Amino acid sequence: MKKDTEKIFLSTIILVLFVFLSSAGFSAEAEQPALEDSPGMVMAQQAEKGKTTWSTTDHSKHKILNQDFTSGSDITKACLSCHSEADDQIHKTVHWTWLAGEPVNGKQYGKGADSVNNFCISANNMNDKGCVSCHIGWSGKDDQINCLVCHGQNNVKWKETFDDLTYFHKEGDPESLEMAQELQGELRKAVVSIARPTRQNCGSCHFYGGGGDGVKHGDLDSSLTKPSKNLDVHMGIDGKDFACTRCHTTELHNISGRIYTAPAYTDRKSLLENDQASRITCESCHGSRPHKSGLKENDHTDRVACQSCHIPEFARVNPTKMKWDWSKAGKTKDGKPYTTEDQYGQHNYMSIKGEMKWEKNVKPQYYWYNGSLRSLTTKDIIDPTKTVYVSKPTGKREEPNARIYPFKVHEGVQPYDKIHKTLLAPLLSGDDGFFTKMDFQLAFNKGMAFSGVPYSGQFDFVNTKYFFPTTHMVAPKSDVVSCNECHTRNNSRLANLTGFYMPGRDRFTLLCQVGWLIIALSAVGVLLHGAGRIFFSGKRKE
Amino acid sequence: MNGKMKNIYLYTRYERSWHWLQMFMILLLLITGFEVHGAYKLLGFETAVSVHNTVGITWLISFAFFVFWLFTTGEWKQYIPTTRKMLSVVRYYVYGIFRGEEHPVPKRKDAKHNPLQRITYLSLAALLLPAQMGTGFLYWSYNHWEAWGIGFLPLGLIAFLHMACAFAILQFLVIHVYMTTTGHTLFAHLKAMITGWEEVDERVRIEDWEKKSS
Repeated sequence: MKKDTEKIFLSTIILVLFVFLSSAGFSAEAEQPALEDSPGMVMAQQAEKGKTTWSTTDHSKHKILNQDFTSGSDITKACLSCHSEADDQIHKTVHWTWLAGEPVNGKQYGKGADSVNNFCISANNMNDKGCVSCHIGWSGKDDQINCLVCHGQNNVKWKETFDDLTYFHKEGDPESLEMAQELQGELRKAVVSIARPTRQNCGSCHFYGGGGDGVKHGDLDSSLTKPSKNLDVHMGIDGKDFACTRCHTTELHNISGRIYTAPAYTDRKSLLENDQASRITCESCHGSRPHKSGLKENDHTDRVACQSCHIPEFARVNPTKMKWDWSKAGKTKDGKPYTTEDQYGQHNYMSIKGEMKWEKNVKPQYYWYNGSLRSLTTKDIIDPTKTVYVSKPTGKREEPNARIYPFKVHEGVQPYDKIHKTLLAPLLSGDDGFFTKMDFQLAFNKGMAFSGVPYSGQFDFVNTKYFFPTTHMVAPKSDVVSCNECHTRNNSRLANLTGFYMPGRDRFTLLCQVGWLIIALSAVGVLLHGAGRIFFSGKRKE
Repeated sequence: MNGKMKNIYLYTRYERSWHWLQMFMILLLLITGFEVHGAYKLLGFETAVSVHNTVGITWLISFAFFVFWLFTTGEWKQYIPTTRKMLSVVRYYVYGIFRGEEHPVPKRKDAKHNPLQRITYLSLAALLLPAQMGTGFLYWSYNHWEAWGIGFLPLGLIAFLHMACAFAILQFLVIHVYMTTTGHTLFAHLKAMITGWEEVDERVRIEDWEKKSS
């Protein structure tokens, strides 16, 4: 009887052990759901279905487009003859105005006005020709809209082409007229190749912000023109091949997604909740609990932005600029400006720009973020004794709509007015610009005059930071940030975020010290007690 | 040992399986818990959390069965604390045991626990383990706090209490394991918890007040 009980008992223990070990192993495996299983993926795939071309027109058949164009505004007029409201719409958009909201305390935010950054610093109220080359007018805000920047599918150098046309017509000889005819043909082809904006269209400006490929945004560069799925799961040409506008939902030429003083969105509605909702948030298509049910990841979505885990690194193909030191600008070799290159073939020194640092595969920095950035203008007073945040994410942990969000943080060393304590906006392009004359005083005098802000004549340099929210280059599931990159004591990705307890990262120093001391004392105590028993029992036997 | 020994059936099958199941769960919880707290790396944070949660919830549910068992069988009376003979038990462990004295409170079927055990196991079963399960459950359900109206609680506080209890349980474990060696042979108590049968000195009588039915 006793033996039987023993057997039954032991087998029960073994069975229980087995069940536990296997269930523990199973739940560990369950952390890796199959793609098809996660509701966020299923929802997004449903939302994405039925992607066809639904255009009802073929622009090559429109008579108005089959004419000889002699200027940009001719083309615009032709476009507007059908799309009668397009110019009114465009003129109200930020793509045209380069302004953010209404003026606040005499400061007009936006690169078209008072805002500054720590790259080329300022567009000098649209007077810097280099900066303005990205404006969608044929030549700045005073001219007509160049619809083809966003809608044209052929790459044409408009100004050169029109200049050549004028020249050939002026020459008037048969050979020149033939050349002109050829150019007209090219122009016409370009004018009728019309489409919704592709990645190439948007990228022609947005990939090159700050004066070069990947300079400004770490998550936007020419590698996204034809990205692999590995670089971006949505835009990958071997995957969904999304155009920018797939997520940047557009209404009356207003393209969603702009983040500046105002957030890009104020609510996180999925298309199920509002089928006219903008698709600018991840939640629009993936829902707010996109992971397989029961996964802890779903419990993170209220505090951690999707981007924080799903974009482990940015600049994964092309390098991005991480530091720009203007104070080193102006050096010459043999009396001439020079440049040097780093291991990526990027300029790490340019006499006309200063010293630069480029990096690839950069881990973002994480901050609480409610969707708004606070940025500085040429009219803001700074404290040059500290690092100046030219832009900074706003948001506190206590705000329900704030999330932990990944940023590229660009460091700058840039000029400021020692007397007025304002950031200086040098004029860079043009005959008097710093790029040409390499004369800071001249550049500041010209630039600040355009900005309408006084310059004392005395300048120095200050350390600055500029923040870019990271949202593109969403990596495949296999590459996401793992739990223990944040939930770890050393080198946690979230080491800088304080004021709350985070498992695995935080500890209670005193409790742990006292706790382990008690454990150690108990262990020593029982060992001594045991040793005493052995000792005295030996003595007794003697 | 001077007296003649006899075998008594001290622990029922349920008691023993519960004891070892609980031991296994607490051990797993301690190992994974300290890893989640960042004390070391073993399974990896993600797996450790997953195992900890699964085992924790299993413990909670199976503990309910234990409580049910305690009350339906009347075994809870074995946990009623007393001060009688307490001092002699303490004296035994700090002094008598070294001189080879008899244990002042021998075990019987209906008096399994000496006064020191009673107070220890009562604090354990009624205070420490429930506190650990309670804080653990709260920790686990962190995302519902807002909905439950307890969103004002800082997670750090719950984590602190949970950790403090974990240390207390670990300390109990260290002493408890050692105490199993203090029977009339090194493994007598251990064997009893496996087979259910404990060898006791047959001459010793226990007093009525020590019995659970008293």
